[in-house]
Amino acid sequence: AAAAAAAAGQIHHVTQNGGLYKRPFNEAFEETPMLVAVLTYVGYGVLTLFGYLRDFLRHWRIEKCHHATERKEQQDFVSLYQDFENFYTRNLYMRIRDNWNRPICSVPGARVDIMERQSHDYNWSFKYTGNIIKGVINMGSYNYLGFARNTGSCQEAAAKVLEEYGVGVCSTRQEIGNLDKHEELEKLVASFLGVEAAMAYGMGFATNSMNIPALVGKGCLILSDELNHASLVLGARLSGATIRIFKHNNMQSLEKLLKDAIVYGQPRTRRPWKKILILVEGIYSMEGSIVRLPEVIALKKKYKAYLYLDEAHSIGALGPTGRGVVDYFGLDPQDVDVMMGTFTKSFGASGGYIGGKKELIDYLRTHSHSAVYATSLSPPVVEQIVTSMKCIMGQDGTTLGKECIQQLAENTRYFRRRLKEMGFIIYGNEDSPVVPLMLYMPAKIGAFGREMLKRNIGVVVVGFPATPIIESRARFCLSAAHTKEILDTALKEIDEVGDLLQLKYSRHRLVPLLDRPFDETTYEETED
Amino acid sequence: VPGRAEQWPSLAPAYHLILEGILILWIIRLLFSKTYKLQERSDLTVKEKEELIEEWQPEPLVPPVSKDHPALNYNIVSGPPSHNIVVNGKKCVNFASFNFLGLLDNARVKAAALASLKKYGVGTCGPRGFYGTFDVHLDLEDRLAKFMKTEEAIIYSYGFATIASAIPAYSKRGSPFHLHGLPGSRCPLNLKCVLFCFFLLKNPRKARVTRRFIVVEGLYMNTGTVCPLPELVKLKYKYKARIFLEESLSFGVLGEHGRGVTEHFGISIDDIDLISANMENSLASVGGFCCGRSFVIDHQRLSGQGYCFSASLPPLLAAAAIEALNIMEENPGIFLVLKEKCERIHKALQGISGLKVVGESLSPAFHLQLTDSTGAREKDVTLLQEIVNHCMNRGIALTQARYLEKEEKCLPPPSIRVVVTVEQTDEELERAARIIKEAAQAVLL
Repeated sequence: AAAAAAAAGQIHHVTQNGGLYKRPFNEAFEETPMLVAVLTYVGYGVLTLFGYLRDFLRHWRIEKCHHATERKEQQDFVSLYQDFENFYTRNLYMRIRDNWNRPICSVPGARVDIMERQSHDYNWSFKYTGNIIKGVINMGSYNYLGFARNTGSCQEAAAKVLEEYGVGVCSTRQEIGNLDKHEELEKLVASFLGVEAAMAYGMGFATNSMNIPALVGKGCLILSDELNHASLVLGARLSGATIRIFKHNNMQSLEKLLKDAIVYGQPRTRRPWKKILILVEGIYSMEGSIVRLPEVIALKKKYKAYLYLDEAHSIGALGPTGRGVVDYFGLDPQDVDVMMGTFTKSFGASGGYIGGKKELIDYLRTHSHSAVYATSLSPPVVEQIVTSMKCIMGQDGTTLGKECIQQLAENTRYFRRRLKEMGFIIYGNEDSPVVPLMLYMPAKIGAFGREMLKRNIGVVVVGFPATPIIESRARFCLSAAHTKEILDTALKEIDEVGDLLQLKYSRHRLVPLLDRPFDETTYEETED
Repeated sequence: VPGRAEQWPSLAPAYHLILEGILILWIIRLLFSKTYKLQERSDLTVKEKEELIEEWQPEPLVPPVSKDHPALNYNIVSGPPSHNIVVNGKKCVNFASFNFLGLLDNARVKAAALASLKKYGVGTCGPRGFYGTFDVHLDLEDRLAKFMKTEEAIIYSYGFATIASAIPAYSKRGSPFHLHGLPGSRCPLNLKCVLFCFFLLKNPRKARVTRRFIVVEGLYMNTGTVCPLPELVKLKYKYKARIFLEESLSFGVLGEHGRGVTEHFGISIDDIDLISANMENSLASVGGFCCGRSFVIDHQRLSGQGYCFSASLPPLLAAAAIEALNIMEENPGIFLVLKEKCERIHKALQGISGLKVVGESLSPAFHLQLTDSTGAREKDVTLLQEIVNHCMNRGIALTQARYLEKEEKCLPPPSIRVVVTVEQTDEELERAARIIKEAAQAVLL
């Protein structure tokens, strides 16, 4: 995994690839230091040994068994789970389980209230003490433009619609669940994205997993990025098409696969492929990298493939007008065949959409699982999306949208800059509001999460299997709702914890710049 | 001469020598010649590859859809889809939404959702694992588990994703799943044969390690029939399979307190391994849940794809569901009222010439199919659509049951779906029956 990270980009890789890119593309994945890699493997080895020991003790009843067991009447049934499947869960995940599923009881804005929990049996069960930790700085929620609010024009509009329409719909889009609100939403989404038509669905995950099978089937080829989201992988598998994986964000790998696919055709029969679909995401949420869209589109045009772009994290968060990764690179939305995204992250609601040409959307209206079998979006949620989208587009008469987009971009660059100056290893693109900070060692995952909560900052830590086994990380999601004071407080605490846990692995030091505005010459300031 | 013979003890005849020499030369030749492959892989030149790339033409991304496709033009509902609904500009009484307990319009439910909106905003901005777990979610899971009398419940943010995430979490390739979904087959004998034949496995060792599941619906949406649960439980213990029960239609409908098919038949809930339902019908909210023993449900918290990788249910929808549950618990009488109304309209719709009622009398969502099909599915669909339009023009909102024709294994015949809710008065039920009769006569005769 360390080698893969090194191959993906050299230190501070800048491309200005023959005029395809209108601005410098700064993406970096610093290589894992050798000592750290070795120590991480040693750490996992020790944990595994102890895991076997504890399993042995539990099996022979020397240690009390806390997890639930099968019913007595069903003991002779074939067991529901394989012992090995749960080895990782029982012995590694359980130890640091308190860093996830933290229940909150306020709006997930810049600050959030977390319900305190305690465990007296080493995380097997939790009890709520009744205390609430108030005002925790929220660096984990996907609230890029700060629309997760319980006051303001969006909330008032949603409240009005709730009074009038109620909460549920109780029917599918094709039967009697197509409200006038849904039609309004779809027209607005189409104009926001700059495409001919759009269709909205109730759940972002389901949008991918139910619509990719409608577009491709047997005899088609799917070229999917290495680090695609579970929903894309599931959709690709359900479709029955052949799947080939190219290295993360690596255009040479993609081109080679495209060439080979067209020249050699389907395996064994050599028939030509019916269609080739490239699946990429706008921002990859675990790496913080942005897709190399100009190159992908150039390749797609050359080899006549189709492009499916999943903008779950990038819609609203990138681009001078917030229209996503297409806007960020200054490209034409008509070049992307299927533009998919979700309303959960930047719009503070829930659901997903697909935008594209009218024929595509007509086809999906008639052949998508979601339109036939699944309930449509709830009316107040639709109203929230409509109001927030109008705000971003500036159609509500204020400049609030523009300010939020600018604030997010400034926050992103400031935060990443400061973290790099402190000496942490940060992955990803300079402009991506998703900031992964590398932890590597399994013990530090738990320690980082707990220390930050003690200092009143809520962070998200991720380990295996969401990431490669030695590349565990803490992931910060920046928001337009974060003010500079909040970011400075957070940075101070991260600095302290970083010294305490010895997380400052980076061997490249940036010259610290305090109040200079950031521009394209930023990359010149690296010193090794 | 003896000496001469001794000098060459192994002298073979001349032809031996020549043959051996030729053999050695042949071996040397084979050793130094190129390897011979049966199928020569033609290595293409760069120019040929470029030509192939130029020539290749993909199919269009989507095939064109004709403008007359019945599913292309959706009905537009202006305003709330409640008891009195405005469809395509016409005011109708709603006989098409699955709003069985009439909770879509309920003031208490709306007030609870509004309070939640004012506290939490609309979205949760994260999956359950990353600050997306709200106290309302924990509350709702608790209440659902208590209501269904199981140990634990888990909620999903989309009804469709519930069972679609639950089943893959427990199975791996090779686990046999028996889907008891054959339309109209209430005969337990059919199922017994199927299971028995399967288990006469030629490989008993493999049978010992393959998990077996029976997946059934409590009340079938496609046929309006109830599943034969007592027989299934007997089969479960006999053949050591686990039962997954999908109760989207029967939750909040069957049983004395609305607990579904298990209460209806009086079966202990522990006998069912997993109950999955969506909250989009009786509870008039959005989302779904699974409930059962902790042993079974807890696994989904790390393996359910729709749970781990998707944002959680918006809190206002969870609060609405909690309030709906409260109403269900306070008023157990509504289930009896619903049952009476179902029986009433079933009786009223019997004997229409040209249409037959498909579904049991206690199912609030049943179908009207053509007694004599024209032979072509498109023609049937068009005829039924005319009946539906006729009814809508006279103030009764109906809809045809929609399916994805290529995906269904046993595609049910085209039908009109009729849904009964507690809000419909007796007079409206009579009027609906009358109008449907008239429509059938006008269109089919």
